[in-house]
Amino acid sequence: MTGQLTEPAPPAARARAGRLPRLMVGGRDVTVQAGFVTLIVVLVATAALTSDAFLTQANLTNLLKQMVTTGLLAFGMLVVILTGGIDLSVGSVVAFSGIVTAGLAGGMPIAAAMAVGVLCGIGFGLVNGTLIARFALAPFVVTLAALTTVRGLAFVYSEVPIAPEDPAFFTLGSALAGPLPVSTLIMLAVFLVGGVFLTRTPAGRAIVAIGGNAETVRLAGINVRAHVILAYTVSGACAGLAGVILASRVGIAQPSVGVAFELDAIAACVIGGASLAGGRGSVRATFGGVLVLVLINNLLNLYGVQSFWQQVLKGLIIIAVILVQRTNRVRA
Amino acid sequence: MILELRGVHKHYGGVPVLHGVDLAGHGGQVLAVVGANGAGKSTLIRILAGAQPMSAGEMWMDGERVELRSPHDAHARGIRTVYQELTLVPELSVTENLLMGDLPRRRSGLIDWPAAHARSRELLEDIGFAGIDPRTPAGRLSVARQQMVEIAKALAGDPRVLVLDEPSAVLAGADLEALFALVRRLCERGVLVVYVSHRLAEVLELATSITVIKDGRVIGTTEPASTSEADLIGMMAGRRLEQIYPGRRGEPGGTALQVTGLSRAGEFDDVSFTLREGEIVGLFGLVGSGRSELARCVFGAEPATAGQTRVAGGRGGFRSPGQAIAAGLALVTEDRKRSGLVLGMSVLDNITLATPRAARRGPLIDAGRRTQIVGTMVERLDIRPPACATMPAVQLSGGNQQKVVLAKWLLAEPRVLILDEPTRGVDMATRVEIYRMIDGLARQGLGVLLISSDLTEVLGATDRVLVMNQGRITGEVRSEQATEEQLLTYAIGRAA
Repeated sequence: MTGQLTEPAPPAARARAGRLPRLMVGGRDVTVQAGFVTLIVVLVATAALTSDAFLTQANLTNLLKQMVTTGLLAFGMLVVILTGGIDLSVGSVVAFSGIVTAGLAGGMPIAAAMAVGVLCGIGFGLVNGTLIARFALAPFVVTLAALTTVRGLAFVYSEVPIAPEDPAFFTLGSALAGPLPVSTLIMLAVFLVGGVFLTRTPAGRAIVAIGGNAETVRLAGINVRAHVILAYTVSGACAGLAGVILASRVGIAQPSVGVAFELDAIAACVIGGASLAGGRGSVRATFGGVLVLVLINNLLNLYGVQSFWQQVLKGLIIIAVILVQRTNRVRA
Repeated sequence: MILELRGVHKHYGGVPVLHGVDLAGHGGQVLAVVGANGAGKSTLIRILAGAQPMSAGEMWMDGERVELRSPHDAHARGIRTVYQELTLVPELSVTENLLMGDLPRRRSGLIDWPAAHARSRELLEDIGFAGIDPRTPAGRLSVARQQMVEIAKALAGDPRVLVLDEPSAVLAGADLEALFALVRRLCERGVLVVYVSHRLAEVLELATSITVIKDGRVIGTTEPASTSEADLIGMMAGRRLEQIYPGRRGEPGGTALQVTGLSRAGEFDDVSFTLREGEIVGLFGLVGSGRSELARCVFGAEPATAGQTRVAGGRGGFRSPGQAIAAGLALVTEDRKRSGLVLGMSVLDNITLATPRAARRGPLIDAGRRTQIVGTMVERLDIRPPACATMPAVQLSGGNQQKVVLAKWLLAEPRVLILDEPTRGVDMATRVEIYRMIDGLARQGLGVLLISSDLTEVLGATDRVLVMNQGRITGEVRSEQATEEQLLTYAIGRAA
């Protein structure tokens, strides 16, 4: 043991080590979880105490349904962010897959139309991922281009909203399984499977490792490009699914829907402690981030806060949450 | 006495690193501080630089007690430090790096670029580092040149005490001579140079006084005239040189790795060699000789422009590291932070990175088996602390990080192991363990290629040594019979 503990870590390492959570339960750190649980409990309690409408079944069901879009997009975004990338195109993909599904709904079984919608998302994800991984282009630039291209394609497909008449079109977005909306269950399943994927499969670990140090991963014999493409494809698939569910819930597909959705998804990841540099982020905490965002939205709606002020408040709250996380880390 | 440290103690979060270090020097001295990695040299430097406060003890300058609360305080007192890690902004020009915060301006308030470049050229020439264009972005210079700019930057502050941390780690040949000449000139001007190094030959040549530290204590202070390299090693390591390297191995077996006419434009040319089973071959060369580039190419990380690599007569011509690993190759790279570890991930994740199939159950990772496999490795390599599996790699010490990288590759059960500077930044105790482990692997029949710029190591730990110079293999020697001078002659390409 000579001299091994005595060589102090370099300053950067110490700073990072200092950020480690301190709240340990049964040998596992639960600081992030505990923080979220507190925040969410406070939000829910505030809502329940100050608004009669919050605890009504109508509001709660509505809240669960509203979570779905942000939730699905946030999971896909987390996978991409873990690799050190970003996907700005998801809002446009939501619009495109929704409008294509609605457009096809008259001519083929609803399930098939919806599958096509999701496949469109997967296709856009593949293109994004391939451009980024194969041609070494910056994720920000590629997905920014995709944001405008796919939005344009949605309008090219149909300038006007499409409202299918077949009642089966509404099922996915509005059906309930017991007290819970089916769409919410689908989102929860994505988070569950996604959590297992990222923590317990070699591909998931590779994606996290790429964000930490891509060169090390490449030299370990892992195909970095394929995993980066996979990450963007997952994000595209999530956006496609979100688009289909959103169109089904609203009952009408609009080419203009989904503007700035990518920002909510990124915000959820960041509130959940993900690092935009990659390599750090958690599925559970991202889900917490989604809950926080959706609860804040719902609260401000219930209070009747004007929508522009809602945007202002949401921005300030995001900064506040991140500052609190930061202070916690530094204080360690 | 310009500078005096009295009874300096330092501990990090309860872990003691320095136990009462005394150090004193006056102007015109070269005060060498030597010690194995982990001895506390880096901490001592940080205290001198004002980057870390001492836990107890005193610092005196010119008979006055001083307290350094920040690097800025140290600068104000005339102490400048050149760290081993480079701190230049790679995108900015040499001039901007040198004169940062102090660029000359015209009356209009705009920067006077011609004057700025002229001044930085003057600075560089003044200290004997002419030939660096001040307009070049610092990142485009070789590491050796960047180091020179770092030194020039420190001297721009006109220091009374100059602390150099392993300055020769990246310098060689004429550059090293220029550095030595500079240190001597600074001494003549009355500057106190604190020279931290573990290259003993140069310390003996340059220093006026040598202080050996080990485990945070001063073991002794001596003068070059009254000591020898062997004495110093004995003081640093607490053991004798013969005990550092394991004994020689027997006659090697069949061919393990065959490299034929391998070339990569601009990096190395027509390299051929054979590595046999159970053999440790050293690859020596100065920085920039193409050693690391060759290793990466053999491993399939960069494509070759000509030539072949074959493992034990099997397939050759690897187009990706994945193919090379499948054929039984493993590469421990030179820079474990940049290409050996995912620092933010756990030791578990790092060790199993190259063998994702080692602990699979269906599509999932079998967490229990993975923990068990990693636990065995941690025990076999004695990685400290023993319960490190879920710790992020960044929290381990340098030597233990290196062991994590080794564990990753041992798990892949390679037939040929390429090690690029495996003991750089590793403490002496861990070095000895690494030499023993390499020896053990060779005795099991692995072929080992050991790339090193440490002359003692490259001769002590190997059977044969290949020497590279400017992208070509210029010499081959049997380690037992060769001398360090011989290797240097091949490496520099002319009679030394």
